[in-house]
Amino acid sequence: MSKTLIRGARVLGGEPQDVLIDGGTVEAVGTDLSAEGAEVVEAGGKVLLPGLVDLHTHLREPGREDSETVLTGTRAAASGGYTAVFAMANTFPVADTAGVVEQVYRLGREHGYCDVQPIGAVTVGLEGRKLAELGAMHDSAAGVTVFSDDGKCVDDAVIMRRALEYVKAFGGVVAQHAQEPRLTEGAQMNEGVVSAELGLGGWPAVAEESIIARDVLLAEHVGSRVHICHLSTAGSVEIVRWAKSRGIDVTAEVTPHHLLLTDELVRSYDPVYKVNPPLRTERDVMALREALADGTIDIVATDHAPHPHEDKDCEWAAAAMGMVGLETALSVVQETMVDTGLLDWAGVADRMSFKPARIGQATGHGRPVSAGEPANLTLVDTAYRGTVDPAGFASRSRNTPYEGRELPGRVTHTWLRGKATLVDGKLT
Amino acid sequence: MQRHLISAADLTRDDAVLILDTAEEMARVADRPIKKLPTLRGRTVVNLFFEDSTRTRISFEAAEKRLSADVINFSAKGSSVSKGESLKDTAQTLEAMGVDAVVIRHGASGAPYRLATSGWIDAAVINAGDGTHQHPTQALLDAFTMRRRLVGRDTGLGQDLAGKRITIVGDVLHSRVARSNVDLLHTLGAEVTLVAPPTLLPVGASAWPCEISYDLDAVLPKSDAVMMLRVQRERMNAAFFPTEREYSRRYGLDGDRMARMPEDAIVMHPGPMVRGMEITAEVADSGRCTAIEQVANGVSIRMAVLYLLLGGNEPAVTQSRTTDSRTTEEK
Amino acid sequence: MDKLDTQTSDARPVLEGPDIARVLTRIAHEIVERAKGADDVVLLGIPTRGVFLARRLAAKLEQITERTIPVGSLDITMYRDDLRMQPPRALARTEIPGDGIDGRLVVLVDDVLFSGRTIRAALDALNDIGRPRAVQLAVLVDRGHRELPIRADYVGKNLPTSLRETVKVQLSEEDGRDTVLLGAKPAAQDAQR
Repeated sequence: MSKTLIRGARVLGGEPQDVLIDGGTVEAVGTDLSAEGAEVVEAGGKVLLPGLVDLHTHLREPGREDSETVLTGTRAAASGGYTAVFAMANTFPVADTAGVVEQVYRLGREHGYCDVQPIGAVTVGLEGRKLAELGAMHDSAAGVTVFSDDGKCVDDAVIMRRALEYVKAFGGVVAQHAQEPRLTEGAQMNEGVVSAELGLGGWPAVAEESIIARDVLLAEHVGSRVHICHLSTAGSVEIVRWAKSRGIDVTAEVTPHHLLLTDELVRSYDPVYKVNPPLRTERDVMALREALADGTIDIVATDHAPHPHEDKDCEWAAAAMGMVGLETALSVVQETMVDTGLLDWAGVADRMSFKPARIGQATGHGRPVSAGEPANLTLVDTAYRGTVDPAGFASRSRNTPYEGRELPGRVTHTWLRGKATLVDGKLT
Repeated sequence: MQRHLISAADLTRDDAVLILDTAEEMARVADRPIKKLPTLRGRTVVNLFFEDSTRTRISFEAAEKRLSADVINFSAKGSSVSKGESLKDTAQTLEAMGVDAVVIRHGASGAPYRLATSGWIDAAVINAGDGTHQHPTQALLDAFTMRRRLVGRDTGLGQDLAGKRITIVGDVLHSRVARSNVDLLHTLGAEVTLVAPPTLLPVGASAWPCEISYDLDAVLPKSDAVMMLRVQRERMNAAFFPTEREYSRRYGLDGDRMARMPEDAIVMHPGPMVRGMEITAEVADSGRCTAIEQVANGVSIRMAVLYLLLGGNEPAVTQSRTTDSRTTEEK
Repeated sequence: MDKLDTQTSDARPVLEGPDIARVLTRIAHEIVERAKGADDVVLLGIPTRGVFLARRLAAKLEQITERTIPVGSLDITMYRDDLRMQPPRALARTEIPGDGIDGRLVVLVDDVLFSGRTIRAALDALNDIGRPRAVQLAVLVDRGHRELPIRADYVGKNLPTSLRETVKVQLSEEDGRDTVLLGAKPAAQDAQR
């Protein structure tokens, strides 16, 4: 196989080094490496990170191929610097059987832009009543280890307890979408000053926090590990911090949009800002950033949720919830965490690659950039600043809240097991 | 300059007083043998109602016809709002028909704002009530009624409601009337107090420019006007209050309570009234209750709004929130 | 426009306070004479200054006839034919005397007669209010340049003007003094005509 020499890259933001890729593996990392027989990529001081890993992506296939497919979704992932994504189970049909998860897994492998690791549903049809065949999904070719009813909360305490217990048998983890359903009936946006004024149904923070509190206590009681999807409130941060201090095996994620955007944007009634969980307040945003910096929140996950134009080009109440995020995630993290001094690039590698790979047990991903490791790499031009133009997205959908916003950083190259999937910002 | 009327919060004090003063002149047309003005001849106004509201629709229709506008009534109820497409499609259909203004009633908060700012349509948009957000012409007609009763029909001209104490009682949470009134009455210098069980006040209402109380009896003697909001019986099924009887006892207005109000204080109701719930028949039928006047005043206010938005080559009312690059362009 | 609120630097008075009073007295006598005692006259002034003139005329008529003369105002804003050419104007008061105008002799009163469009609008407005026996027009100044077949029955002063000139009536009720000014229109405003 071919060789590639990345010359003068700041590995994890450190001093410039050369990185030699041979086949699917990092051959060497050092200074003045020989370019003999290798294609040379002049990094020129760009930052080299391990390929990013997204624990929370909606690829929509099967069922909603009008908004995204495994192909378009993995191309978007490669554009954003990702080499592995975890595909959520809320497809049509639901990924609650070995058959569906194997199909999604195989499509990802065939397209070759980004590894796709399917997430299995916790309950049949995401209905929250009957456990799906978790073991069969784990034993399938897809090797599912993460289970989630994301989009819906596993709100029945007994079902949640059983799921937490059951997946221990094969080292799985349940990722909870924390949303108390009764408290969020008719909910349209964060409940607070802005919702009161706009007359939109309130989505109280406590609807998220109460479920997280319950689930960390359940996890402690049955000795399981639990992962909390898209934490969005300052109160949730406090609960997770408390749980970790108690030694409870809990991990948590935050989305890029919850690190940057607030419910003030809803004043435009533009459904591009409609998302689940909803955009919260400035105070929540600051608490989330701090928690990501201090490790209370373990990872950044995109909750990439593509929707066709017509599902957003309407009145707020009728619009679908969700935002695309794969192609802007790293830029938003640079804007909110790196450029603010809260996190260095090694920290970004930790939150967006090492830890998500570890939580999801994505073999070969989230590895150090060193000799002998799989060549899953991302090269980032951190000096770049540009305006987000969704017309250039690889995703099939355009529902980004950042259109027209200036953000820093641009992924120029992505390598998946040594094969370039993105070169100079263009997909291969 | 404002082309639309989306929220009472968008009106400045001078805008609001201009509308009230104009409505006072419009009201005089109702006393004439021929209740018609040629002002909007050749202008087409669509009443686009996604939600049933015969009262509001008829009031707008009367106002439009008195100003000689061509009126199209479009009841879109039943056409699938949940499918989302319908508002945009309907708007573009109306645009193609060349309408000058859309009076819209919609169950979704923000639908009129979307209509005005999304680029789907170029016509002026008048909000006739959206979800639990705003109902600006209702607030204007309420303020008009208060100014007539509390300041005076002629002495009120050019005046606001400075220092008047207005109490709004009932289901504030689900009320666009309450939101619009708080905004407008504050702009006009009145002191507003909301009275409701805590379950029927929105979280976040503490940021509104008004006082909040749970005790109706304490507030009544200090009220120049008491506005009773409709309370739907179904709310008790969602545990907003235990029973109808308990609600009436704590927050309903009966003859005894009315007697505690200052002598010249008025009782207002946006209608339709639920007699025996928030208001007793004795109060509703008393001379202090302005519910019927409010209906008549609604036509005058809507004539004034239509005239000021559509009567010239550009609107006479300033605008803040709904202004975007589009709205400032020449039509 | 016949009532441009123009600050004309070189405006010169063509009628002063005593002239205006004398002219109104003459018009009052003419009304009594032509209306054969003026017992069914209703005076309707066109806002703003026409209303003050109507009230002054009524007072003089009452002196002459020793009877109460009904006087009111007629706002023609919403009947204008140039509504679409500028932002909506604030409305003025229409006040019809209690006994109405049906079968009466309505004398419309305005300050300046120019294009005739204001009077056309006033006739339309009257039509929606009742059916007078006859309608007559009294103006303080007729400056010519009619655009419609309309003439005044009572004229205080015929004032030949060019379109480059402005006529401004000031009355003590509104402006603190009585005068009629003839001035030159500023160049910028000229283009608007």
